[in-house]
Parts: sequence; structure tokens; C-alpha cells
Amino acid sequence: MSGLKPSLVELIRRTSAEMPSDVQEAILGALEQEARGTIARSAMEIIERNIQMARHRSQPICQDTGSIHFYVDAPIGMDWPGFEEAAREAVMEATRKGHLRQNSVDPITGMNDGTNVGPGSPAVHLHAWRSPETQVRLLLKGGGCENVGAQYSLPVEGLKASRDLEGCRRAILDAVVQAQGKGCGPGVLGVCIGGDRATGYEHSKRQFLRLLSDRNPLPELDRLEQDVLRTANQLGIGPMGFGGKTTLLGVKIGALNRVPASYFVSVSYMCWAFRRQGVVLNPAGDIQEWLY
Amino acid sequence: MNPIQLEAPFSEDKIRSLRVGDAVEITGVVYTGRDAVHKHLHEGGDLPPGIRLTEGMIYHCGPVVLTDGPSQWRVVAAGPTTSAREEPYQADIIRRFRLRGVIGKGGMGARTLVACKETGCAYFHAVGGAAQVLAERIRKVRNVYFEREFGSPEAIWEIEIERFPVVVTMDAHGDSLHQRVLDSSKALLAKYL
Ligand code: SF4
Repeated sequence: MSGLKPSLVELIRRTSAEMPSDVQEAILGALEQEARGTIARSAMEIIERNIQMARHRSQPICQDTGSIHFYVDAPIGMDWPGFEEAAREAVMEATRKGHLRQNSVDPITGMNDGTNVGPGSPAVHLHAWRSPETQVRLLLKGGGCENVGAQYSLPVEGLKASRDLEGCRRAILDAVVQAQGKGCGPGVLGVCIGGDRATGYEHSKRQFLRLLSDRNPLPELDRLEQDVLRTANQLGIGPMGFGGKTTLLGVKIGALNRVPASYFVSVSYMCWAFRRQGVVLNPAGDIQEWLY
Repeated sequence: MNPIQLEAPFSEDKIRSLRVGDAVEITGVVYTGRDAVHKHLHEGGDLPPGIRLTEGMIYHCGPVVLTDGPSQWRVVAAGPTTSAREEPYQADIIRRFRLRGVIGKGGMGARTLVACKETGCAYFHAVGGAAQVLAERIRKVRNVYFEREFGSPEAIWEIEIERFPVVVTMDAHGDSLHQRVLDSSKALLAKYL
């Protein structure tokens, strides 16, 4: 896979500078929703212009280029350590080229060595499958929006949230109200019902790999997604929390089995600067196709 | 909507004439400052000579700046960072320097709001994440202070901004858009539960 590293650098560049088309569409839709002459509308116009400028200049959409998550599906027999090595090298090169900000800090010493590579960075999620194809998806997850994520352990008395889907709805909507505009809204929620504290959050982030326009194949979760989206957009929080029609651009909910003792609802918030892309690689590691 | 033009010098009168919800474009010299600077000033630390923060503005921002040569800089990305982190320090700093404006994102708390009212200062919310659009409104980097001590993103960058687009979300009359939207969204949610 000699082409792997340059392909990953290009994947990082494009993810950082170009909004995927499903998100772009949702943002244009949200802009049209806001009445002319409102501060919500001008915020959406600035966001829209920022997206155009970043693409045009091939520069980061936001200066916080976020935490780096690679999701890899590859055939059995793939050289996994080799992939992780290539991912680290690609991150270093993309950082040198300015596609990523020097964004990774040692929590103990406070040092930032400027490479973006260290324990947990980049995070590489590997999955072997029986398909002959290799797919690599990349998520750049901003820090401001990560800070407004929340995990609920049901039941929560104060929210009257019991251990059922109505309880989940109450918990998720509470997260929306707590977040206000602080996660650079309008954002997208990724939610996991069930799992444990670690897998719950992990699975909630994985929801961001879904297209905004898709529908959940599980009817109960589909209903919940539509309900939370509709309700959240009636709360008047709006872009940046300025007040307005669009508080969320989408809601994506997954579920994992839980143990009888626990019932977690894990909510991740993705800001409007929703940076995700993906590629199909050929056996030489070259980009064959873009996924979003 | 035509934004209100706010130009330096930022007099108390001009600031007191602004109200929550006003769209404003700011033109003049402002100073960036994030966690390290706020902590330093709060602990009584001094400003390096040359900085005229009194009756000025602080921008919560850690810009990405490229150095083109001695005293020649280019701002590549310059969106606001989360202001809430400076809440423990901000009120004191507003009073100490009679600040006229704080630019950031996400809003600030009750103590800052009180200091704004007392002193004649406003909180200006820039669009979070709009690194490219906002960098374009930075016309010039005039100087940098504390770069060696605090590192580039945490340094004080003295910048000239021109028609920098913001919204007043906390005014000098004790009103906060953040509080208003929080209260009304909570009330609405209670209705839909
Ligand atoms: S939350 Fe997103 S848009 Fe806002 S500053 Fe962070 S990465 Fe940028």
C-alpha cells in the first residue's frame, strides 16, 4: 500500500477544508429558514460564506481542527500496524502543511509538541470485514462542541426520565437545552442508547458517519430521531444560541445492548463545522472513490 | 439588516447606546487574550509596555498566525474561543482596565454581566467556527506580546480589525441574550415534554 500515506494526507486536507455535501445542503436549508434581517440569518450567512472561503482557499473551515478519528474497514489480512503507522505520519504531514492546527496537548505536562501525534491521537478504529474493499472514514471533532456532550444514567428523577424511550427523549432534549448555542450550533446530535460509559460515547460518535439525510432502519429510533429534531427546533435556541428556527441540523440515534443494572443515554454534539469524509482505497492504497 | 458601525475610540457613551440583539461591526485596534493572559492579569500581573488596554477591547481568540518576516505576520484563522473559561477572571479585568468590550463566543456569566453594567462594557459574540471570514476582517497584525512566555495562541496579539461582525449578547444595562434564550427555551421545553 505505497499510496496509503499520500491518500490519507489528501483525506485530511479535504475533510478539514471542504464540508461534505449532505451537511452543506442542511446548512443552506437552515439559512433559508431564518427570517431576513435577523441575527440568526446573518450568523447563517457568515457560516455559509466561511464554508465557501475555506473550500476555495483549501484552508481549515474552523481553526479548531478537532480530535482526529479514523474509522477503517478493511479485508482480513490487512497490515494493521502498518496502517496505524501511515495514519500517524499522514497526520504529522497534514499538520506541517497547515491542514490541521497544532492541536494535541499532553495533559500532564501541558506540552504541545506540534505534531498532533501522541497517545490517543490520532484515534484509529479498526474493523476487519469479509469484503475485499478498504474504506477509510475520517471525523474531525471540535473541542467546543465536545464539551457540551452529556451522558445520562437513567432513571433521572429531576428530568422525570425513566428507563424507556420517553425517558431517553427527555434526557436528549435536556442535553439540547443545556448546550444552548455553546457547541457552535446549529449542530447535529449523535446519540447512543445503552452500552456502557465508554462504548456508549464511542457509538454516539459513530452516528456522525451516517448521512444527515438517511433514515434510521429501526422504526422506534426513526420516530425518536424525528421527534427530537422537531422538538429541538421549536425551542427557539437558534444558530449560536442567538434565538431562531434552527437549533439542530440532524439527530442520529443508535443502540447497544446494556446490562440490566445500567441504562445509559450518551449524547455527542457536533458543531455546524461538521467535518467528515471517507474514501475507498484500491489495493495500492490510492483513492478510488469518495464516500460523501 | 444594516449592522451598527462601532469605531475606535470606544467611548462609554457609544457602548451604553448598544442593546442586546444589536448587530454591530467593530473597527479599531483590539487585543487577543485567552486563558494564560486572563490568569496573569487577574493575579495582578502587569501588561508589557506598549499595550493600551484601558478603555479598549479584549478578543477571546487563539489565532493561527504565520510569520512572514521580522514584525510581519499573517493571520490564517482567527475565530473566537469559548469565553466561559474566563468567567472567574473577567469581571476584575473589566474593572481594572475599564474595558469597553469583550469579544468571544458562548457568552459569559452573572459576574461579568454586573461588571459590564457598572463599567460600561459590552460582550460581543462573534460567529464560532467562522475562522476564514473573521480572519479576512483582520486588516493588520501590529504587534505581539508574551509570545515567548505563553506560546503563540495564548499570546497577546495587537490587531487592527475592520468591520468585524458581531452581535451584542450582553449589554451595559444588565441584559443578557444568553439568559433570555435559556429561560425561554426551558419554558418551551416544559410545554413539549
Ligand atoms: S465547536 Fe466546532 S465550530 Fe466551534 S470552534 Fe469548535 S470546532 Fe470550531
